[in-house]
Amino acid sequence: MDADLSAHDAADDFVIDVSGLTKGFGGKVVVNGLDMRVRRGEIFGFLGPNGSGKTTFIRMLCGLLRPDSGSGTCLGYDVLTQADLIKPHVGYMAQRFSLYEDLTVRENLDFTARMYGLPDRAEIVDACLTRMAMTRFENQLAGSLSGGWKQRLALSACTLHGPKLLLLDEPTAGVDPGARRDFWDEVHKLAGQGVTALISTHYMDEAERCHRLAYIAYGDLLAQDTLEGIVDHAGLATWNVSGPGLPELAEALRPLPGVDQVVAFGNTLHVSGADAQLLEAALAPFRNAAAPPGGAREWRLIRTSLEEVFIHLMRGQQAKTGARP
Amino acid sequence: MNAESLFCYRRFAAMVYKEFIQMRRDRVTFAMMIGIPLMQLILFGYAINSDPRHLPTAVLSADNSPYARAIVAGMQTSSYFRFTEQLSSRVEADSALKEGRVQFVLTIPEDFSRLLLRGERPVLLLEADATDPAATSGALAAMRETVSQVLARDLPAAAGYTPTDLPVTLRVHAEYNPEAVTQYNIVPGLMGVILTLTLTMITSLAITRERERGTMENLLSTPAKPLEVMLGKIVPYILVGYIQMTLILLAAKFLFGVPLRGSIPAVFVLSLVFIAANLSVGVTLSTIAKNQLQAVQMSVFFFLPSLLLSGFMFPFRGMPVWAQTIGSALPLTHYLRLVRGILLKGNGALESLTHVWPIALFLVLVISLGMRRYRRTLD
Repeated sequence: MDADLSAHDAADDFVIDVSGLTKGFGGKVVVNGLDMRVRRGEIFGFLGPNGSGKTTFIRMLCGLLRPDSGSGTCLGYDVLTQADLIKPHVGYMAQRFSLYEDLTVRENLDFTARMYGLPDRAEIVDACLTRMAMTRFENQLAGSLSGGWKQRLALSACTLHGPKLLLLDEPTAGVDPGARRDFWDEVHKLAGQGVTALISTHYMDEAERCHRLAYIAYGDLLAQDTLEGIVDHAGLATWNVSGPGLPELAEALRPLPGVDQVVAFGNTLHVSGADAQLLEAALAPFRNAAAPPGGAREWRLIRTSLEEVFIHLMRGQQAKTGARP
Repeated sequence: MNAESLFCYRRFAAMVYKEFIQMRRDRVTFAMMIGIPLMQLILFGYAINSDPRHLPTAVLSADNSPYARAIVAGMQTSSYFRFTEQLSSRVEADSALKEGRVQFVLTIPEDFSRLLLRGERPVLLLEADATDPAATSGALAAMRETVSQVLARDLPAAAGYTPTDLPVTLRVHAEYNPEAVTQYNIVPGLMGVILTLTLTMITSLAITRERERGTMENLLSTPAKPLEVMLGKIVPYILVGYIQMTLILLAAKFLFGVPLRGSIPAVFVLSLVFIAANLSVGVTLSTIAKNQLQAVQMSVFFFLPSLLLSGFMFPFRGMPVWAQTIGSALPLTHYLRLVRGILLKGNGALESLTHVWPIALFLVLVISLGMRRYRRTLD
């Protein structure tokens, strides 16, 4: 895989290196001066609420949308002027299934192979069908596949031409855990071969399978780091509470100063705040109070989870931009 | 593969192949491509061109002579007229026509046989309800023949008529379409109309369908170039156009008995420009339309002027100048002249070229517009 890398990208270790990328639709800024660097062989998770500009950003990288301003390179080619040179090396998987539903699995793969001008199409398609365990579906219409298999077919199609960069836009939305697991195993296998992947997702467990993460909300990039880096940088303190009367406790804690989030996790409550001291002061009366009927509560300081960090980031951004919650 | 090249034959071939597979799978559209030509052909062909017979006819006779009866009998035998009423006054005659009870009223004047025998060519009046000229033209043409035959047989030589002139003054009150629409004229024209309708509509769906189903997003992320996609969408339907032409020409010959005088290969070769022109309209419309419904609506906007202003519906020279100007810009106008010229007048390819270049010019303009409109991004 490394052998066919052009001299172009060998000089630069960043597969994606863009800065100030901006795009608006009808006067509304959807992506606002985004900077992003993704290294070769990295699985880069791209997170953010719905409508935050993830899809728009990904589409700009693969030449489907023209940025309004900004600059940068993708695979060493200029994202503004050299979309034609980027396309042959990128595997793009759209959020919505975008292969032909009225073509069979094999016909879809064959068409894709021809669009990328691959030699020995039949062998490549055969190998792909075998590798993805889709041979038994080869003559079935793509439209009749289940969600998980459609997603698998889409992944097969976008990796068929041996791309150096995968841009996967919410590839696992609506897919069962087993299929998601298989999908991520496949992505890690490809990354091991030197393929870089930028994957947008809403699933926190998937975010944890990425090497690095970026969080975008309302067009602005809010964090870009490893999982640990993002959690540490957010500086949230979180308490885990277990015991009786948790719903009442949650209601009592929510309005207190220093308490930012109160979230029920099964039989426990996660209480977090940006200021550890203020949070501790707010919780102190409850921790010291007499045990409620049904037994004592257990209070434990734990490591903040990614979800709380993201919700914290998103609220901060809403407060700043005045976006509606 | 050179990523910068404007056109890659292999990708183009892949588009064409894919379109064929999809065409085969889409049963409804496929049925439309074969069904519409046949349906239009049958409906238009028979509805407009039928030579109706046994038309209800009333007679207002003031002369009960053998000659008058012979004429009525002769008309009945001609199979065009079917006598349904015996009238006794002009008022009745008027209302019979007005109400549409009868198609014709035959009036035989009082002293018909007397004047006839005297050689004074009495007036025989046939009034026709000519709201649909096509419906009466056959009967009216048969009338003269019938009268002349009947009287030539029955009249004594003493009356002094020669066999070649008509012993009566046949007066026909009917509104004629001056450029009488005949079967021969309509069927070749219908070929152009059918090609315009089906080809424009089918291809106008081509790109909007990709956009609506989301497959455009995938197609745009591949190295495919606009020309490859557009030509890849046009070429499969050229074949469809030829299948339709073959069907129509076969029907023209065997169903409608149109005499095909000119060279059929010339028709096929020259039609390529016309077929391509219509397909390019469809593809260009689909680059403008936002969804498949809009695409169909837009193709109707193109089809209607083609139908009305090309000289198919109304005689071209009878239209006002503005309508002729619009008509001259439409490919169908020139194609009608081209096809009628070859098939009916037996024109050669060389004489037909004057009708080809306006279509070619139209094709070039429309396809370059389509190329400019084809969006390489989802913007």
